[in-house]
Amino acid sequence: MEKREFHVTAETGIHARPATLLVQSASKFSSEVSLQYQDKSVNLKSIMGVMSLGVGQNADITITTDGEDEADAMTAIAETMTKEGLSD
Amino acid sequence: MPESVTVADLVKANRLDVYSGEDHLDRLITTSDISRPGLELTGYFNYYPAKRIQLLGITETSFAKGMTHEKMLDVMRKMCQPETPAFVISTQLDPPEELKQSAEEAEIPILGTKLTTSRVLSNMTNFLEGKLAERQSVHGVLVDIYGVGVMITGDSGVGKSETALELVKRGHRLIADDRVEVYQQDEQTLVGAAPAILSHLLEIRGIGIIDVMNLFGAGAVRAETDIDLIVHLQAWKDDNHFDRLGNNSESQKFFDVVVPKITIPVRTGRNLAIIVEAAAMNFRARSMGYDATKVFDENLNRLIKQNSQNK
Repeated sequence: MEKREFHVTAETGIHARPATLLVQSASKFSSEVSLQYQDKSVNLKSIMGVMSLGVGQNADITITTDGEDEADAMTAIAETMTKEGLSD
Repeated sequence: MPESVTVADLVKANRLDVYSGEDHLDRLITTSDISRPGLELTGYFNYYPAKRIQLLGITETSFAKGMTHEKMLDVMRKMCQPETPAFVISTQLDPPEELKQSAEEAEIPILGTKLTTSRVLSNMTNFLEGKLAERQSVHGVLVDIYGVGVMITGDSGVGKSETALELVKRGHRLIADDRVEVYQQDEQTLVGAAPAILSHLLEIRGIGIIDVMNLFGAGAVRAETDIDLIVHLQAWKDDNHFDRLGNNSESQKFFDVVVPKITIPVRTGRNLAIIVEAAAMNFRARSMGYDATKVFDENLNRLIKQNSQNK
């Protein structure tokens, strides 16, 4: 299992478009991927779940990947986070 | 290829009266333009559009009354060209004697209506434009779902006809299966109909050809409809990304009309008819001003803003 914290820097938070892209990257892997924000954890492959959190600027989130391709999944998600300007 | 239109078709569609020339109603109409001969009555025949329907109203017939018999006969004979399809007299006016005589010589029918010139002009133009418009044949199924014309496209065997069958069973109407004849009615309107031989028919693998009108009644079919939405069925692939939020803007262009398009992944066990029906309803709600995706997006942005301020 891999676990990594991200600090959301984007002014608009994780709104609809970046949420879709995060879900797309997570869905490419067979590992279970989850996103934790405050005390709530959601499946990062579920778009409605991710958006329901309403993650805003300066939020600290934790992403967990668990499965055979957990390392690759984490790398891909981290890449998407940076590319979309969500996190440093 | 455009259909050919005869004067008889025009008479039937616009409920015109035939004043003379009943035997010559098989003359072909080749253009949707309609001519109102005015200057021609004064003897000016440069640019006379002979192949158009010639429409005479109060102005033309009353002007003609002031002309001498010889002059009038000369003008009318010039108006009766071999390619002239027919004369139409509006407002229940009597055709001038000279016109009757020359039209009879040239074997051109004279038609009449009690409608006013402008009304009959627009009726005939609409009819002729629909009939004479350029047609394109599209592989797909056309269904009317709650008044939304939905064209279902996709590869052979993906389940278009089966989806249409279930939609019909759910109370919607079939326009065409397998081949849709598409034409542009005006700048924004695309219309689809079935080729005559295929109308009311559905081909279902394993059963063969079924007649929807015969099995489900007259309420289950429709001759033609505007095409508002294209639903493309695509075999499910794990690496394909499908629209998750409903905010993409795919479209397909036919002639000059751009039709919105959505792509739906097909996998065994998905009830396609219900999905297509929901797509049509969502499209309808959107065109009536309610966009669920947009409303959700606004709510989400508000929530994110709130969460950001809490920090």
